[in-house]
Amino acid sequence: MTESTPVLRHPMSKYIREDRQPFIYCSGCSIGIVTGMLARAIDNLGIDINKTVIVSGIGCTGRTSGYFKTGTYHTTHGRAIAFAEGVKIANPELEVIVVSGDGDISAIGGNHLIHACRRNIDMTVICINNMNYGMTGGQFGPTTEHERYSQTSPRPYGNLEHPFNLVKLAASSGATFVARWTAVQARRATKSIEKAIEKEGFSFVEIIGACPTAYGRMNRLGDGVTMHKHLLEVAEIQNGLPPHEAELDYATKIICGEFVNIEKPEYTAVLAEMQRKAKGE
Amino acid sequence: MPERVMFTMGDIACAEGALSAGCRYLGGYPITPATEIAEWMSIRMPQVGGAYVQYEDEIAAITSVIGASWTGVKSMTATSGPGVSLMLEAIGLAVMTETPLVIVNIMRGGPSTGQPTRGQQGDIMQAKWGSHGDYQIIALTPASVQEMFDQTVQAFNLSEKYRTPVFVLADETVGHMRERLVIPDEKDLKLEYRKTPTVDPKDYLPFKADDDLVPPMALFGSKYQFYATGLTHDERGYPSDKENVQIELVTRLQNKILHNADKIIDVERIELDDAKIGVIAYGTPSRSAKKAIKDARNEGIKAGLLRLKTVWPFPEKQVAQLASEVDHIIVAEQNLGQVYHMVKAVAAPTPVHLMAKPAGMPQLPHEILTKLRDVNSM
Repeated sequence: MTESTPVLRHPMSKYIREDRQPFIYCSGCSIGIVTGMLARAIDNLGIDINKTVIVSGIGCTGRTSGYFKTGTYHTTHGRAIAFAEGVKIANPELEVIVVSGDGDISAIGGNHLIHACRRNIDMTVICINNMNYGMTGGQFGPTTEHERYSQTSPRPYGNLEHPFNLVKLAASSGATFVARWTAVQARRATKSIEKAIEKEGFSFVEIIGACPTAYGRMNRLGDGVTMHKHLLEVAEIQNGLPPHEAELDYATKIICGEFVNIEKPEYTAVLAEMQRKAKGE
Repeated sequence: MPERVMFTMGDIACAEGALSAGCRYLGGYPITPATEIAEWMSIRMPQVGGAYVQYEDEIAAITSVIGASWTGVKSMTATSGPGVSLMLEAIGLAVMTETPLVIVNIMRGGPSTGQPTRGQQGDIMQAKWGSHGDYQIIALTPASVQEMFDQTVQAFNLSEKYRTPVFVLADETVGHMRERLVIPDEKDLKLEYRKTPTVDPKDYLPFKADDDLVPPMALFGSKYQFYATGLTHDERGYPSDKENVQIELVTRLQNKILHNADKIIDVERIELDDAKIGVIAYGTPSRSAKKAIKDARNEGIKAGLLRLKTVWPFPEKQVAQLASEVDHIIVAEQNLGQVYHMVKAVAAPTPVHLMAKPAGMPQLPHEILTKLRDVNSM
């Protein structure tokens, strides 16, 4: 065997299972970028990685949790948030982070998303929205734009349905911190993820990503570089905009920024108070 | 806490059993006839520093229970058949990731919405085969308020010992009947706790089993790093599509239950030593059967009862032994015949007669007595 040549280690590799590299993601995919954002956010905050739990559901983004070197769990499809709620309530000292895709979180897991927002349990949900079901080959989902093509909304028909606007959904369901960025706005998005983790309440961060392999190919949006360049061109930063005005139109305008940052009693804090009262303390 | 005596219902005895076992998390969703467990826990959990959390559906409830269990907190859910139907995918996840938890199913009439306020035993096969793929499960069948307590404690012990979901399968009649309950002094309760790893974190293999086929379980927040996934995984916990990894994993998951079946299975043998006819029953019908065999013996019919307190893993040895002792077996269960098929497979060539009743009122003692007379005259 030959000696391997020493190479510079990636500064975030301390958080990543290097023995599982390379990532399964296609070239041009945004998920690796967002994985880097989360690793940097954890690093910048200096939080104890052993006290951090990372949970994912099913799909391409659902593989994210498995690359982190801490307690990680890969749930059934759509149930990452429900799993994370059990973790946080059973041990409120843990920092609980969900990373999953738009299909996982807003289709099959949509009910858990809105109720977790309403309950206001302290956790951070990072939803990578690539506007289709990538893992299964590119079918339309609840975030696919009207008339866009996919494996199940093929040419010449296009998508019969209309998409969710996830930041509106999370905000109206009661999330206490809501932000949206694109995958190319790495520095701003990382900062928002840090704020989301620090927030004592339910935080929702949507990252608009590119799926050149499926969605991009079927809608002739170009390769990964082209799609990411496009995201930067159409991203428009409007921090503090009322969330119901945070429009998302892939072709022309993606409103980005932090839209909600409010205070509300947090579930595990209220529960702890209830437990003290019940014990007569 | 010292010994306490209550006059209470089975559902509440179950809740108290869970608390005595150390359960501190219940993720639930209201459903008849299991709501009393949720209501009781909503009062009691905060008093012991635990949480009753009511979710948006049973899918969230059971998945949250899996999450809570991975923090090291003993966790449960309580529901009925329709709720279990929604939980089945997650039960497979709990099996695959070897997560200790307890599922209480207060069985009502089915299929579908069925008869919510009437008891039945229609979910025996669902408990065993409901989730997809090959796996084994543990299911206990209490027949009294005291057993609702005792077997809920036992369910937690088995779930912790074998790192597996365990069912408490109680028919609605047991769930809602009121009897005397003795809650033992906590010093007298033998409680099991899952094994946790002791190796250096860098040497930890999260799914490498010990000789008992059960791997030590690291917890969230500990110094151990791990990835647990419903995907087929190797000893490192890493996903694999290799054939040998799949075979080794599903075989071990099966064998950790089956190889320990003798330690798990619990049956009660009543008046069987000289019996010519053996009745097999569990839950409420077993109470009728107990009276029926007594009445039959007063008439000179040598009848006895094998009462199953465990239905999964199935007590094959105990049923085979019974089949070798008696001329006839009668299975009385509140369904159209579920345990019956298991008994028939094991008991052959001894004839097995089914007393089926797919409705709320269990077989009454005089009905079982009539059946005993009929079989005795064969």
